[in-house]
Amino acid sequence: MIDLGPHATFIIAAYAIVSLVTIGLVGVTISNVFRQARRLERLEAERKTGA
Amino acid sequence: MTDQSETISSNWFSQLAHPGMFMRWSAYLIWPLGLLSIVLFAVGLWFAFFHSPADYQMGETVRIMYVHVPNAWLSQFCYGLMAVSAVGTLVWRHPMADVSMKAAAPLGAAFTAMALVTGSLWGRPTWGTFWEWDGRMTSTLILFLIYLGLIALWRTFEDQLRAAKVVAVLTLVGAVNIPIIKFSVDWWNTLHQPSTFFRADGPKAPASIITPLLTMTLAFTVLFLLLHLLRMRTEVTKRKADRLEHLKIARQQKGA
Repeated sequence: MIDLGPHATFIIAAYAIVSLVTIGLVGVTISNVFRQARRLERLEAERKTGA
Repeated sequence: MTDQSETISSNWFSQLAHPGMFMRWSAYLIWPLGLLSIVLFAVGLWFAFFHSPADYQMGETVRIMYVHVPNAWLSQFCYGLMAVSAVGTLVWRHPMADVSMKAAAPLGAAFTAMALVTGSLWGRPTWGTFWEWDGRMTSTLILFLIYLGLIALWRTFEDQLRAAKVVAVLTLVGAVNIPIIKFSVDWWNTLHQPSTFFRADGPKAPASIITPLLTMTLAFTVLFLLLHLLRMRTEVTKRKADRLEHLKIARQQKGA
């Protein structure tokens, strides 16, 4: 690991926060893609069966 | 001849703008954008930690710039995209314009928040303070609040087409903040340094710093385009599902 000097805490904190928020954004976005796709699939199936 | 070519161009544009057509062509972009983003992040992080020397002034904290600058750039780029979409909503009533506006707002808020936090974390060891009410930081904070306001506004309307018009007008009003952010460092005597990257006379930093900065900016931009595309697709699917849900309720009420 490279030496980040006396301000390593600030550098690590910046990368940790950006990583968490970015991974969170990707996670929420992908989960919404599947959630809405499943919802649409269910509603289309219900319409076909007349439920 | 001109009329004919304009008609062809307009038809081509209308086809691309049709939600069904958008869902088809955008599906082909998801994997390439995802893979490109992963590769750019891997290369960018390698440059940022193993190929970038400490800056003569900032020292090791220059590495914070590799995540701060891309987020600051995207906070404004995203708003620019929303402003163009707002024009599309109000002037051309483009079917995908309000979808684009709605999909972009939370992303813009997240990138602006990251720009503010990473800027503070860089400011403490460099300037000796986490926050200073100077032009650049205050106008960026206002941008963050505008994003939050627009997200809240989308949620207050049940009719999303009506919401789109109100949000579009407010987005265009808020766009006045973008040049203020950009030129605040030139107009006022601020703590924030002037641009070192986006300058008319070229970047004012050594290649060892410009390379990771550019790679990380590209990585975040590609990620933003991917997330925006995915969120637009989700919104199209959601609106289709909402219509079916309303039809289902109407059928049930009729049958009761």
